Formats: sequence, structure tokens, C-alpha cells
Amino acid sequence: MFNRLNLHHHLFLFTVIFLLWLLLTGSVALDELIVGFFVAVVVSLISAPYITVFEGIRYRPTALISVFTYLVYFSIALVRANFDMARRVLSPSLPISPELLEVETRLESKLGQMLLANSITLTPGTLSVELRHNRILVHWIAAPEGIDLEQATNDIATGFEKHISGFLK
Amino acid sequence: MRLAADLLLLTGAIFCFLGALGLIRMPDIYNRIQAGTKSATLGSIAIIAGVGLLYPEWWSKLLCIIGFLLFTSPVSSSVLARAVYLSGVKPWSKSSRSKLSSSKPGRQQKTLNTQKPLNTQGEES
Repeated sequence: MFNRLNLHHHLFLFTVIFLLWLLLTGSVALDELIVGFFVAVVVSLISAPYITVFEGIRYRPTALISVFTYLVYFSIALVRANFDMARRVLSPSLPISPELLEVETRLESKLGQMLLANSITLTPGTLSVELRHNRILVHWIAAPEGIDLEQATNDIATGFEKHISGFLK
Repeated sequence: MRLAADLLLLTGAIFCFLGALGLIRMPDIYNRIQAGTKSATLGSIAIIAGVGLLYPEWWSKLLCIIGFLLFTSPVSSSVLARAVYLSGVKPWSKSSRSKLSSSKPGRQQKTLNTQKPLNTQGEES
């Protein structure tokens, strides 16, 4: 049961649950910590076999750096997306030329693809519509004329993919 | 501190307002989802951050809320968009509209324009 990968899986699950406990209780008193520790151990042991979403995680030290750079990149994209949308909504001519197009991804795990699709939804002018195999159907609010799959992938997905592939398969 | 909190609350309110405006101004459902999701997400985050500055003892729970919000709001909008896509709604496009409006002048064409999206939906489903 406890081969190497499984141990990582258990530890990760334990950390997530324990952190959630800490955030929700909002105190670092000793008794809270002890109760939280036992709750996290029990819950992670019971639920570990059923939780398959975390399978795609790469357990390696540089993953933390990737998570951090991803968060920074994502925050910038989110703020830019909002100013972009505000500009479009407020300009009287409504400058949009929407189109549905496909984007290809190299990410294989479910979690990675979901994170990529979520990121695409929250970035400037794009909305993930459908996910099939390794293709994401994207609604782009201002698609350039005659753009093809490769170019669209470059414009929309590659930036995120670079960061996500650091910590997810 | 108070000023920063107020500024954040105001920013969040403005973004939420822009999202609502986008819902009204955008021509079809995909664009409306886009306008709604993005501004609602950042708007709520700004408001939550403002509340966090006003009541610093709540920060851990507010952080949880931001985390869940960031995960759930794009998922819900993607699911909506997917449902709309699978039910066969074609995205609005500028070229199709300009063709329509150049074909017939006058008031008759106005009603044609507004009914066009409904008709295509009916044909698809």
C-alpha cells in the first residue's frame, strides 16, 4: 500500500486537509493543532484510495517554484482580462469579433487540463467551452482573422502550459 | 488602512457593475458569460480583500473563500457554455449581422435582426 508514489499521495492529501483545517479554524492554539492533525490523518487515510484527481501531480522540489510563477502569471492575466473586458464593454462601438476555435494541449492529467481550461476562462477575452481528449474548444471574443489551431494554441494556451507543466503532468 | 479597504471595495463594486453592464450590452450568450465571469471573479476578490482589510481577524476564512471562488466560478461558466454549445447555439458574429443589416433597410429589418438568433436556435435544436 505504501509504495513511493502512494506515500507522496498520502502526504499531499494530509497537507491539504491540515492546511484547510488551519485556515477554517483560524487559530494556531496547541489543542486546535492536535485535533486538526488527527482529523487530517484519519480523513486522508480513509479517502486516499478514492481521490484520484491528484494523480497528475509531479512531486519534485521545483514544482513549488512553478506553482508560484503560475500564480503570479495567472494574477496578472486575471487583472488584464478585467481591464480588457471593461474597455470592450465601455466603448460605444463594442469592439468584438467572436469565434469558436480549438486549442491543443500537451497536458495529460485531468487536473492539469482542468486547471488550464479554468485559466483560459479567466484570461483576456477567452472562454473554455468544451474539452475533448487533448483539445479545448475556446470562445475567443476578439479572434484575429483566419487564425489556425497552432497559432491559437500559441496565443492562448502555451503561456499557462509552460507554468502548469512544471507541477502537473 | 481604512482608505485602502474602501478603495478595494469601490474597485470591486465597479468591476461588478461593469460585469452587469456587459451582460446587457453583449450580443450573445457566450460573450455574456465572458463578461459576467471575469468581472464577477475579480470584483468579488477585490471586495473580499477589502473586507479582509477592515476585519483582519477574518483573513484565513476569506482566503478560503477566494480559493474556492477561483476554482468554482470558471468551472460553472464553462459548464454553462458547454451546455449552450451542446444544445447547438452558434456564436454571434459580426459578419453575419452586417450582411443582414445591409440587405434590407427600414424598420422591418430591425425586427428581422432581433428575431434572427431565435430562429437559428430553433433550427438547430
